[in-house]
Amino acid sequence: MSKELIRLSDCVMTYDDDVVLDHIDLTIRDKEFLTLLGPSGCGKTTTLRIIGGFLTPTSGDVLFDGKRINDVPPHKRLVNTVFQRYALFPHLNVFENVAFGLRMGQTVIEQEGDAEVRRKVKIPEGEIRSRVMEMLEIVNLKGFERRPVTALSGGQQQRVAIARALVNRPKVLLLDEPLGALDMRLRKDMQQELKRIQQEMEITFIYVTHDQEEALAMSDTVVVMDGGRIQQVGTPEDIYNEPKNAFVADFIGESNIIDGVMRADGVVEIFNRKFQCLDKGFEKDEPVDVVIRPEDVDIVSEAEGQLKGTVTAVTFKGVHYDTIVDFYGFKWLIQTTDFCPEGSRIGIKIDPDGFHVMKKSQYSGMFGDYSSYSEEYDEINDPTLLDEEEEGADDEE
Amino acid sequence: MKNKRSLFAVPYVVWMALFVVIPIVIMLVYSLTVAVTTDGGESIRFSFENFTGMGAYVSVFARSFWLAIIATLVCLLIGYPVSYLMAREGAGFQRVAMALIMLPMWMNFLLRTYSWMSILENNGLLNQLFQKLGIIALYNNLTGQNIEYFQMIRTPGAVVLGMVYNYLPFMILPIYSVLSKMDQSLIEAAQDLGAGTADVFRRVTLPLSLPGVLSGVTMVFVPSVSTFAISRLLGGGTSMMLGDLIESQFLGGAYNPHLGAAISMVMMVIVVVCMLVMNHFGEGEEQAVML
Repeated sequence: MSKELIRLSDCVMTYDDDVVLDHIDLTIRDKEFLTLLGPSGCGKTTTLRIIGGFLTPTSGDVLFDGKRINDVPPHKRLVNTVFQRYALFPHLNVFENVAFGLRMGQTVIEQEGDAEVRRKVKIPEGEIRSRVMEMLEIVNLKGFERRPVTALSGGQQQRVAIARALVNRPKVLLLDEPLGALDMRLRKDMQQELKRIQQEMEITFIYVTHDQEEALAMSDTVVVMDGGRIQQVGTPEDIYNEPKNAFVADFIGESNIIDGVMRADGVVEIFNRKFQCLDKGFEKDEPVDVVIRPEDVDIVSEAEGQLKGTVTAVTFKGVHYDTIVDFYGFKWLIQTTDFCPEGSRIGIKIDPDGFHVMKKSQYSGMFGDYSSYSEEYDEINDPTLLDEEEEGADDEE
Repeated sequence: MKNKRSLFAVPYVVWMALFVVIPIVIMLVYSLTVAVTTDGGESIRFSFENFTGMGAYVSVFARSFWLAIIATLVCLLIGYPVSYLMAREGAGFQRVAMALIMLPMWMNFLLRTYSWMSILENNGLLNQLFQKLGIIALYNNLTGQNIEYFQMIRTPGAVVLGMVYNYLPFMILPIYSVLSKMDQSLIEAAQDLGAGTADVFRRVTLPLSLPGVLSGVTMVFVPSVSTFAISRLLGGGTSMMLGDLIESQFLGGAYNPHLGAAISMVMMVIVVVCMLVMNHFGEGEEQAVML
């Protein structure tokens, strides 16, 4: 495992009385691809802007290579950013956009006696040229250098933004939802390209997104955030297979989340029936949240089933059917290749490794029932809810 | 479809023809003719005399353009920092500053200029103030002269002051409008790429605000070059400008509308050429405004 590069230590960010970051502790290692994942307003962009130097935390420390950098302005940090809407300079062409950082000079650290002296040194024109051209080749934009950036497509502008940041050879590249404006297929290509560039250049990437698929596909480490707090840090596999609470389980992939009770190590009770599971280390009779992923459920005949229910909706998804089944008033999502018509009675079987048991949290009871897929859907159908809540969250991002 | 839409353009076309094209044609005719008096009465005949005799007024042309250029530069030097500050500050500051800039414009132009007269006069407000504060006495002591007042009115400086005062809002507004609409993330991007405050301004803010500067310069320079009331009231005849010259040909004692028209035509051509050159500088900044 590589060494620690950036550490956020007990960072708090408040605007007026709004707590945007609530005591964040986060360690980012050298050369890793780390993704900050969460819904809008969760504090992920704020975290990124603190690392970039555009915001100073209300309290807490930002450490870079062990040194406190809270008060170091953005232009003196060894960090570059790919902005959400690219922020390319409209008055400069592709070449000059990429060359911008190089024309600002290079910071060299010299040892003078005991003191370290930082000095800005001009980069010779020839070197600027070769570095820009090399970078344009890496992002597949060779031959575009004389074009005005305003004449480029979204995907091309995206690449210019990446080249402009990377040409400075930063230690860390910050990316703020960089693929948000691209269409789905191009996004997938660009995901792979970003991953390739990251590995080729051996730079730490800190990537902000609300798209869980993107996070799982690209990252070494995923940091799931909500409500200004870090909910879980782990590899994509950890996050998916071992979610820490109902929020993470619901946000990453599809989950049925059921109230249960831990009767003993390896025995969990749901719907008043005991099931074998692999989880251990809970108190006896501790109330828990139980996650069952839709693909871990086998549909069998009603007689053979551990639980019995009625199919209430079936949607064909190509690879599988999304089947919604009503068990004692709780709607489950089951992904299966077997077609079960609406209204039929079925039984299900779950292997012990299909259960994942979590401690109760503030999120318990909020997610995991498939009467509808999204909370938002329930909200927009409910006239008693004011729609003010969500406002402003996006602007702040 | 297309014909229907062009129907709506008719009032505009008629308006332009009546009040822009035809007057220019009339001016052109006037400038290319002279009046001749014969025993039968007055008639006109074609002649280039008005233009060939223009040499006599070179000094007026030079003074007009020179004072207008100075006034425009002063407006730019004051207006850009003010706009920059306004665009950076919060909404409250912007509202107050905007009100202060616009307020004088709601008062009559002549009234404002008369006010400046009473401020700048030899026994006006400023000179009285200087007297009370002993500044004039101090000046006399230091230089060994014996003056009773500073000569401010009836100087080219007063004319420039009058133009700056009257036209400054036309410099501030377009620059402010461009600066306040500038994408903040561009500035952050520049900082992110290693640019300090000075570099951000020089390499991003300034180039991106050029269209506003160009339109501000146009909106100050053009009325400055042709102003007549300001130069007459504050310059008091010591610095005759093109506007005064033209006015005197139409309304004043030197009555000769043919010469007045010719001077107007020459001035128009010079201004248009200036604007074309300016806009050429701003090429690529698309929206450079021409009046």
